Order: sequence, then C-alpha cells, then structure tokens
Amino acid sequence: MSAAHTSTDPTTAHAEHDHSHDPHGEHAKYPFLAHHFDSPAQQFDSGKFGMWLFLATEVLFFGGLFVAYAVLRMLHPEVFAYASHYLDTILGGINTLVLIASSFTMAMAVRFAQTNKRIPLIICLLLTLAGAMGFMVIKYFEYTHKIHENLIMGPGFYRPVDAQEATIAMTDPGEPAPVLKLDSSLGAPAVTPAAASQNIIGIPLPAMDRTAVVSPLAGPSGVVDLAGTPPAERSQYAEEALREVPTADTPHLLDPKLPVNTHQFFAIYYCMTGLHGIHVIVGIGVISWLVWGAFKGRYNSNYYTPVDLVGLYWHVVDLVWIFLFPLFYLIH
Amino acid sequence: MTTSSPTANAQSTDNYLTFTRGIKSWMFTLDHKRIGVMYLVSVLASFFVGGLFALIVRTKLLTPGEVSWIDADQYNQAFTLHGAIMVFLVIIPSIPGALGNFVLPIMLGAKDVAFPRLNLFSYYLWVTGAFLSVYALLAGGFDTGWTFYTPYSTTTETAGVIPVVMGVFVLGFSSIFTGLNFVVTIHKLRPPGMTWFRMPLLLWALYATALIQVLATPVLGITLLLLIIERAFGIGIFDPDMGGDPVLFQHFFWFYSHPAVYIMILPGMGIISEIIAVHSHRQIFGYKYVAFSSIAIAIFSFLVWGHHMFTSGQSELMNVVFSFITFSVAIPSAIKVFNWLATLYKGAIVLNTAMLYGLAFMFLFTIGGLTGLPLGTLNVDIHLHDTYFVVAHFHYVMMGSALIAMVGGIHHWWPKMFGVMFSEFWGRIGCTLVFVGFNVTFFTQFMLGSQGMPRRYYMYQPEFQTYHVISTMGAYVMALGFFVTAAYLLHSLFFGKKAPANPWGGRSLEWQCTSPPPHDNFSTTPSVGNPYDFSDVRWNEAEQGYEIDPNAVPSKDTH
Repeated sequence: MSAAHTSTDPTTAHAEHDHSHDPHGEHAKYPFLAHHFDSPAQQFDSGKFGMWLFLATEVLFFGGLFVAYAVLRMLHPEVFAYASHYLDTILGGINTLVLIASSFTMAMAVRFAQTNKRIPLIICLLLTLAGAMGFMVIKYFEYTHKIHENLIMGPGFYRPVDAQEATIAMTDPGEPAPVLKLDSSLGAPAVTPAAASQNIIGIPLPAMDRTAVVSPLAGPSGVVDLAGTPPAERSQYAEEALREVPTADTPHLLDPKLPVNTHQFFAIYYCMTGLHGIHVIVGIGVISWLVWGAFKGRYNSNYYTPVDLVGLYWHVVDLVWIFLFPLFYLIH
Repeated sequence: MTTSSPTANAQSTDNYLTFTRGIKSWMFTLDHKRIGVMYLVSVLASFFVGGLFALIVRTKLLTPGEVSWIDADQYNQAFTLHGAIMVFLVIIPSIPGALGNFVLPIMLGAKDVAFPRLNLFSYYLWVTGAFLSVYALLAGGFDTGWTFYTPYSTTTETAGVIPVVMGVFVLGFSSIFTGLNFVVTIHKLRPPGMTWFRMPLLLWALYATALIQVLATPVLGITLLLLIIERAFGIGIFDPDMGGDPVLFQHFFWFYSHPAVYIMILPGMGIISEIIAVHSHRQIFGYKYVAFSSIAIAIFSFLVWGHHMFTSGQSELMNVVFSFITFSVAIPSAIKVFNWLATLYKGAIVLNTAMLYGLAFMFLFTIGGLTGLPLGTLNVDIHLHDTYFVVAHFHYVMMGSALIAMVGGIHHWWPKMFGVMFSEFWGRIGCTLVFVGFNVTFFTQFMLGSQGMPRRYYMYQPEFQTYHVISTMGAYVMALGFFVTAAYLLHSLFFGKKAPANPWGGRSLEWQCTSPPPHDNFSTTPSVGNPYDFSDVRWNEAEQGYEIDPNAVPSKDTH
C-alpha cells in the first residue's frame, strides 16, 4: 500500500519506507543507530527530550522537599535562624565552588566529545569525577562531625552526648531548660550504662514540653513566632534565642537559648542534603561509566549522546545544590 | 493460532509471538508487544488477588457485628490490601502498560517506543514493586488504608508498612518511565504523514496520561520517602508532638493522588473513543474537542487535590477555591461524554462485546462523574466525607469506568493481540453479569453513604444490614461475571477462530497489519489518513474481516 499523502501536506517528505530493511543505509552506516529510529538525528533528539523529561521529574522530586522546607521554616522561623549556625559556611561554600567547577569541566567534556578530542575529554571527565568525590569527602566530614555532636534528626537530637552533659543538664538547679523535657518512650537512652553506675539515678525525662514558649499567640503546633511576638509576651528564653549566637562547640543541649523543635531543622537538612548526596553518588557512577566509554573510544562527533545527557544530569544536580546552599547555610 | 480455517489466506507467517521462542526471549525482550502482554498477564493476576480481598471485605460485611473468622485488625488489613493492590498494581499501570504498550507504537506507525530498554525496565520495576508488596504482606501486613495517612501510618505496629511503601515507591518509577517513554514516542517517532491531528484519540489520551505520570508521580515518590524516614527515624515532620503537621502529609499525598485518578481514567476514555467510533462505524464527533479535553483534564487535575481534604481543617478560602475548580474539571469530561453520544447517533451500531463495555462505560461514568459533584460541594461533603457515598463514587469511576474501559479494550484488541476471536455469546453474558453485579454492589452504597454509613468500618449499625447484604450479593454476581470473562478469553487462546487483520472495521493503523502483528509491526508501509473515516472500509467475505479499499482516494482529515 502506498502512503496516502495530501498534496498540501508538508510532512510527507519521504517516499515509501520499507520498515524491515535499511533503505538509506543509515543503520549500516551508523552502528550506534537503534533499529526503531530512522536517523541519528531522530535518535539524538529523542534521547535529549527524554533526559529533559527525566530532569523535570527530578525537579519535582526535590520540589516536594523544598515545599516541606518552606512549611517548616514558616512554622518555626526561630529554629532555622538559630540552627543554621551549626552549619559550617566555609565548608559549604567550598562545596558550592567545587560543584560549579565540576559543572564547568563537564560542559568542557561535552564539547571535547563533540569535537573528537579524546584525551581532553577523558581529562575533563576525570576532573568532574574528582570534583564530585571531593564534594562527598567534605560532606562526609560535615556529617560525621554533626553525628558526633548528636546534631541528628529524630528524637536522638535530645540525647545527651555523654553522661557529663546529661548530669549538667538535669541537675543544674537554676536552669529549667524546658527543651530537655523528653518523653522517654521516644526511645533515646539518656545515659550510658557506665554513667548509670555513677549514681545518676533515672534521668526522669518527663514529657517533651512543646509549650515551653508559652503564649496565647502559639499557633496550632504550639509554637510561637518569636520574632513576631511583642517583647513583653516572649518568654525569657525566647529573648536570648533571638539575640545570642551559638557556636559549633557548644553542646546544644546545654544551651538555654535552644528553641523548641530545633530537631526539625536537622530533619529537613539531612533529608535534603542526603538526597542530594545520593544523586551525587549516582553521578559519580555514571561519569565513571563515561570515562570507561571514552577510554574505549566510544564517543565521537557522530555519537556523543551519553556525554551530553549525563552532562545535563550533572548540571541539574549542581543546580539543586546551588539552591540548597543559601537555604541552609546562609540564613543569617 | 494453529486452527486451520479455510478462510485464512495468510500462511502461518512470523508474528511477534512466534518470532523467537523460549522463556529468555520473553524475559529479555525489547519488543513493546511482548512487554504489553507481560503487563497484561501481571495486571490481571493482581486484579484477581485484589478482587479476592474485596470479596473478603464484602463477605464480612454481611453481618453487622463481630465474626469469628476475621477480627477488626485483619479486616483493616483486608481493605488496605484491596485498595493498595487495585490502585498501585492494577488500575494505574494497566491501560498504559498493557494496552498502551501494545497498541501505541503500531497505532502511531512506529516500530517501537522511543526507549525499548527503559520499557522493559519499567516492567521489571512493576514486578519489583509487586514483590515488595507481597513481602510486606508476609512481614506483618499493613492496616493503614491505601492512603497511608499520618500519624497512624507512622505509628502503627504492623510491620509491613515500610516494605509496602517502598514497593509503591518503586511502582511510581515504573509509572514515570512508562510515561516518559510515551511522551517522547509521540513527539519524536511519528512517521511522515502522521500529524498530531491525524492521531487516533487513544494516543491523545495516552499522551495526556503520560504527562501526568511524569509530572505528578515524583511528588508521590518524595512523600513516600518522607513517610519511610519518619517511620524509621522519627524525625517528626508529620508528628504534632514534635512540631510537625500531619495534614502536610495529606497535602503531599493528594497532590499526586488526585492527578493519579486521571492517570486511571484518561486512557480509559481514549479506549472508549476508539470503541465507540469503530463499532458504530462513524466518524468521531468533535475530534479536536475530545483531543483538547484530554489535555485540559491533565492540567486541571493538578489544581484540585484539596477536595480530598475539605474536613481536614484547611482554611475556608482554600476550601472554596478547590471546590470551584473541582466543578470546572467536570466540564472537559462532560464534553467527551456528549461527543461520544453524538458519535453514536445515526451510527451503524454493532453490539459486539467491546461495544457493550463501551456503552456500559457511558452509563457508569455518567453516574460516577455526576456523584463527584455532591462530593465537591462543601456543605454536602461535610456529611458525605468518609462515608460509603465516597466509596461508591470512586468505584463507579475507577472500576465502573476505568476498569470497564480496560476490559472493553482487551476485547477490542484481543483478536489483534492473539490472532483469535472469542465467543461473542459468552462475551455478552460476561458483560451483563459484570454490569448488573456492579450496579447492585455499588448503587446501594450511595444509599448507605448518604444515610450515614462510614467507610472502612468493621462493624456497623444493624439498620444498614439490608443494604450491605444486597451489595455483597452484587459483588458475587460481578465476580462470577469476571470468571466467565476469564474463562472464554482463555478458551479462545486455544480454540478460538483465527482472526482477520481487521475484524471490526477499524481505520487506524493497527488494523492494517496482520493479527497477530509481525515482529516489526508492519511488513508494508501503512496508509496514514483520518483514523475515523470509515467510508473506505469494506467487508472482505473471503477473509471474514474488513479491509481498507486500496483504490480509495486519500481520506480527508479530521475536523
């Protein structure tokens, strides 16, 4: 049967096309051309379009977390203002520069693939890989430091780092420190067995008091917008939370200015930077695959699609970090 | 397929089923047709399991009080499993995965989807999600309802919550990749002559569905991830005792799950467009309106999620806005219904089984859609929320419409997929049993709900018992209808008459290749024209099927 063309139809450029053979010799000429595509251009366009769609899903995936961030920050602005001081801006800044540089080397890699420069391509891919790994190394140090300080997500945030901190926190008579009132059913053992033997009997751990900042202005979650509350109505702790700046060395539980619900900051921090880190690790894997392919001479000016598409992915990973950095590290 | 019918001119040529043999040729296939068949078998098996759980629920509800054979906690697990299996393993993947995968490339005139390996990967993601769900069952089950609302889902002791949520997460990616594949295929793999407005309406519907799959499902992904983290680590973003907000989960969940219901219905509507046009041998009325209404539904579907949360404490302003937009999302659906009715008018209607399912759809979707309106009305919803009225409404649209359309589509393309004809006599019986059973089951539930029977309840007030008994009887009739359907379809695979290329007189491209299609879809270039111009289609007595007149002038375009 012949293809039915209307005379005014501009799209019917081709003549009859027998699907089971290779009429224009495209498939023989381009070994990378898949059987269901008619031309390398169609294959490349489809791949690129598919990658952009996938990146749209990634944006929506992270978007959910950005919405959660926005909701939590709107509900607890004082928490975000306070807790961001526990993040090392310098390390975060270095990470930002590292990722931006790696995006640049990735773009150069695409260019070199397009222009058949195999050695520069491999070098740029390796530099990108180095940047990605460097990012993860810095991240490793940031995370391990925080975990050591119990700046973690979940109720473990309120677990004293050691017996001494627990002792000071619970036996200091002058400081009720409401944030330490925990419901022991949250599952965090308060002291080490060794400390228990030092006659620190049963840290009582009453129920977590989220109404510690007591005010008729408390919203449905029981927390007050400290900044928006008139000074006369703020609790004594709120004033100090707004004024003084904690350092990373201060055991956070001993800080009377610690706002209630500070754990929420670290929850969203770990979720967002953790998910981003997972994407960086995936990127490391995929770029390594590219290095291998480049080494074997698979990419040239006819076929550089994988380099191009991985490049797009890497740019989006970088872009997500560029949003994360100010939102967590630059709040003040 | 090996019956020796004297009318079969075609020698037993290679087709996609016989092209290669052996289990590995199926497990590692890249052929969209085989992937579609694998999806079909998997989805129908899941439907059977989900249906069993439904029968457990309905059987318990014969009596209002406690029964010895199932307690309240087990009952909660039963309806949760019914819902989760049906929503995530059956309805969402079924039409795109099973029928869409098979038909779309052929209907488009392409050799395959844009990314065949991704297609196979999507299928294996589905299988992984199914395995995780089974594992969840064995690990202790889950009783949260398919909606996994916090704080119950983060605190319930049933240990299967995290595995099943992981399973749904994986299923979400199966859906995303299928949608991505379809969008790229429709944009980039259309052959010369196949302009957007020469595409059959099923392709418009699958395209709109694919857009929703790609844009909405990632939000479900992150929601489920947050749920797992909350449950495993107690971070507290959904826990009011820790400064979080449980309604935040509902916003996140419904932001996906409302568009998800349009993922369920839009492909079904596409199938109905095909069935109605072909089996009444009539140009579809208002082609462009039907095509654009699919896109409009896809866009609007993102704006109405709050109508699941009218009683959750959100502000009056949000309630009003969501209610208003909910009313407007009914408009594109109504446009389609009117266009289908106009297509039927003065058509040469043949009451094949597929057409019977199509007509059933029209009736059931009208009821389902119209009953969405009282639910979208703020003051009425206060009374109807979380009652059986909601249950009846969504079963009319999800089962009575989407699933019925799927079954109709299976019948419509069965000869094409397997090269055999099924028994029309038993087909009509099966359809009648399903239709009658369905209405008896679910129409009574509208009455139950409006009189105050809450949903998901193990025990109920004795005054509701009569309705419940009637509803359960209907469920058994419906189950019988599905068994009959399965029986004659399976029978046809072994003993069915050989099918011609075009048994129903369709004009779209899939009817121009043999039944079953060859491995690479077309052995000769098909003619692309208006897919609903049936004037060139005529009966070929020798073949016992229709053919397109090769001497006809090129058909005029759709208007």
